[in-house]
Amino acid sequence: MIISNMEEIPGKPVLRHLGVVQGSTVQTKNLFRDFGAGLKNLIGGELKSYTALMNEARHEAVNRMTREAVAIGANAVVNVRFATSTITGGAAEILAYGTAVVIEGGADG
Amino acid sequence: MVELWIDLILGVGIPLVLLVLGFVVGSWAERRHFRRLIENEEKLRGIMGFAIRRAPRDLDLAAPKLVTGSAVISVDYFKRFAAGLRHLIGGRVGAYESLFERARREAVVRMKEEARAHGADMILNIKFETVRIFGRQRGGILSVEALAYGTAYRTGHAGPQIPQS
Repeated sequence: MIISNMEEIPGKPVLRHLGVVQGSTVQTKNLFRDFGAGLKNLIGGELKSYTALMNEARHEAVNRMTREAVAIGANAVVNVRFATSTITGGAAEILAYGTAVVIEGGADG
Repeated sequence: MVELWIDLILGVGIPLVLLVLGFVVGSWAERRHFRRLIENEEKLRGIMGFAIRRAPRDLDLAAPKLVTGSAVISVDYFKRFAAGLRHLIGGRVGAYESLFERARREAVVRMKEEARAHGADMILNIKFETVRIFGRQRGGILSVEALAYGTAYRTGHAGPQIPQS
């Protein structure tokens, strides 16, 4: 499975377009992890627990998108984009979307 | 008289201490972060990043992989105060500019590290996204997340051919 945010995969022409696939998760901060982050309110700096949280969420969104692509018989997803929106109550939605395609020569390499 | 002193300490003294603490520790941490960024950027110089949408035809590109990097950076007490003052008269908020810069450069460093772990040496179609997360609602911490992502490739050594004269 090739995941790319380019329009095409070099050297592997697109045989068939299968439409848009997407995956999303809604995450909220962990109150306990937030405890240590309170200090950061004062001295600033990186909120490592938030970075980890967003990374996990983004991974999960990409995984869900990939599963959807596999389910419809794609071997690559191109033109992948991320979008994030914060909804009230300290929660964020992370969305990954792209175009599922069948490319020549399979997904290896 | 005693009550006045207590009021004064609570009302002025504590915020003042927080301000000084925020300024001293915050700017020290910021300088240290910038030094680390320069170091890491130097180490990752071998991985080239481009914001182009289409792959150049004369490059042999293999093993495409979506790579991402992100960093969440929060403001310190002093910066928030300085930005609050700036809000009154408007204009450039220098205190927050460095915040975005740190987050974005850190995101690029992490994206390149992921690319290097994949054995890639080039990233194409780099995109940036900035999110203000978990705002101030419910006592949250004002912070920004910078995300950088792109497609990493291993470039063949075929490369652009240099004609022999």
